[in-house]
Amino acid sequence: MNFLNGITLLLVYQLVGEVAVRLAGLPIPGPVLGMVMLFLTLLIRGRAPAAVDQASSALLSHLSLLFVPAGVGMMVHFGRIAEEWLPITLALLLSTIITMVATALIMQVTSRWFAGPLENGGPGDD
Amino acid sequence: MTEPGLKDIWVYLSASPLLGLTMTLVAYGLAYRLYLRTRSNPLANPVVTSVALLIAALLVTGTTYDEYFEGGQFVHFLLGPATVALAVPLYQQFSRLRQLWLPITLSLVCGVVIAAASSIGLAWLLGGSPEIQMSLAPKSATAPVAMGIAEKIGGLPSLTAVLVVITGITGAVLGTKLFEWIGVKDDTARGIAMGVAAHGIGTARAFQVSPRMGAFSGLAMALSAFATALVVPWLVDMMQGLAGG
Repeated sequence: MNFLNGITLLLVYQLVGEVAVRLAGLPIPGPVLGMVMLFLTLLIRGRAPAAVDQASSALLSHLSLLFVPAGVGMMVHFGRIAEEWLPITLALLLSTIITMVATALIMQVTSRWFAGPLENGGPGDD
Repeated sequence: MTEPGLKDIWVYLSASPLLGLTMTLVAYGLAYRLYLRTRSNPLANPVVTSVALLIAALLVTGTTYDEYFEGGQFVHFLLGPATVALAVPLYQQFSRLRQLWLPITLSLVCGVVIAAASSIGLAWLLGGSPEIQMSLAPKSATAPVAMGIAEKIGGLPSLTAVLVVITGITGAVLGTKLFEWIGVKDDTARGIAMGVAAHGIGTARAFQVSPRMGAFSGLAMALSAFATALVVPWLVDMMQGLAGG
């Protein structure tokens, strides 16, 4: 029953998010707004109820699985990708590497400026 | 009436969602076992292996993607509630989030601009058509956001969806090695970079490393969805202005 309550709550937040995004014409997906609203609710309540915690861990423990059906969609675009494979693959690969490296370094440097050096296992670690 | 032959059974199965759904779960089960066998080697990323297995199976049996998705949609649907669920690990990291909000904001904004500008610039340098450049521009954002942006700036939304998945896989496979090479050891910084560059698929990988890396990757994914939607159309205008002038 606990798990069911948790899932229901997640769906309710998603639904409210979808409706709000459409009513307000926001350029973000409903679930992302739902996540922000759930986060704020947890902050206000000061704790995560066991049911929500359980449902959330269950869904997130195999998050990779949920991307599989979208990934299979690649097969529909083989032709288009084959036509311009060089700019697509190289730009995608290099840009992803550049973005990841740059963001990680910026984060590392700025967090030293603003919060002192961070070590793995520092305060706030689980 | 004749006995139902193998062909009739196949006709029945290929018209029902059962087959697509079961195939997805079986493929993922095999892929996950392989991933554990290789001691969680990021190259054996379960998304890559299961997608490859499923595409091979669909091509061999002559099944179309739409037929497969009849069943696949049930798994796909769970992405929505899973996105909402990211609020929980994030809440558990709140003290760290409060301490680091300024560096996180700075890194996010820089990361989003770098992601879009570098993909447009590189695709242009390598001779990609404008359509390809615009389809690549939002590739680091989560799929529904990226598709909306691609439509707005003149890309192909359905191609963008695929590029988003490939980007996520690339980030998930290369991420931890890259962070080792450049000497970024902190899981907060690693998570932020993973979420900005490789959205949900990167976040799934980050959760396999540590709960903290997962939480911050989820945060970065959500915030960069906002930032990408705001920044990329404006950035494209500016870059086109520069190229045209």
